[in-house]
Amino acid sequence: MNRRFGKNDILLLGMLAVVILVFYVGMTSALQSGDSIIITVNGSEYGRYSLTENKEIPIKIDGKVTNIVTIENGTAYMLEADCPDQLCMHQNAISKDKESIICLPNRVVVTVESEQKNTLDDVAG
Amino acid sequence: MKKSVAYLGVFLALAMILSYVEAILPFAIGIPGVKLGLANLVTVLMLYLIGWREALCVSVLRIVLTGILFGNLVSICYGLAGGLLSFVLMFILIRINRFHVVTVSICGGIIHNMGQLIVAGFLVSSYYVIYYMPVLLIAGFVTGALIGIVAKEVGGRLCIHISKANYPK
Repeated sequence: MNRRFGKNDILLLGMLAVVILVFYVGMTSALQSGDSIIITVNGSEYGRYSLTENKEIPIKIDGKVTNIVTIENGTAYMLEADCPDQLCMHQNAISKDKESIICLPNRVVVTVESEQKNTLDDVAG
Repeated sequence: MKKSVAYLGVFLALAMILSYVEAILPFAIGIPGVKLGLANLVTVLMLYLIGWREALCVSVLRIVLTGILFGNLVSICYGLAGGLLSFVLMFILIRINRFHVVTVSICGGIIHNMGQLIVAGFLVSSYYVIYYMPVLLIAGFVTGALIGIVAKEVGGRLCIHISKANYPK
């Protein structure tokens, strides 16, 4: 407990900071803007919607509307959710490829997709 | 044995109170899924001052009990994934005995968030949650540092009263 802050600490924390920074920069620059959203419920696809037209999408699970996703000006956000924590409603609007909004209690995931092939896929394919 | 049960009970109560205080604090960072993790303060302090068995016991019980009281099964899953991962890593780092409290706490905070994100990935069966990883890693770093600093300050003052030596067996 009384150990002083020394070389070991600076080394380890420095390495961590660099790794996180590289990760952060890599992730944000890899994002390209997408043009449609895919909504999945419990891992299976619920629907695909274009980001170009404004609309409201109610998501029904077992005949009950649990979440409402809104598409507005090329971005999508969660308008309403019946879950107790409401975290998904506070997430920012999404528009870039692979960005997602997740409502954990209802297992609803909204992910942006782009029509153009991902450059990574081209390399792999 | 009787005495140590009472002792651990006090720590458990403290950890749960800290969880509760955090839940009612009128301070939101604005990033979903990110919180301070005040209760981890108790885990860090107990790892240093008392021992890993007691720390593990209190940490697991705290997660399960606060989950039952304020959360649900999902939040217990999250808590356990993050809590156990960070516990193991902090335990190893303390055993190595080369690192400062703040460093240990930062590593714990980062791996805590990684564990939670991995569980989230499984729960929603989508690996896209990994795109949220950078934000959570940075958050883990910051909150870990804060908890570490507090642990250092509190621990330095508490160690006169609470230590392995006068802990009732």
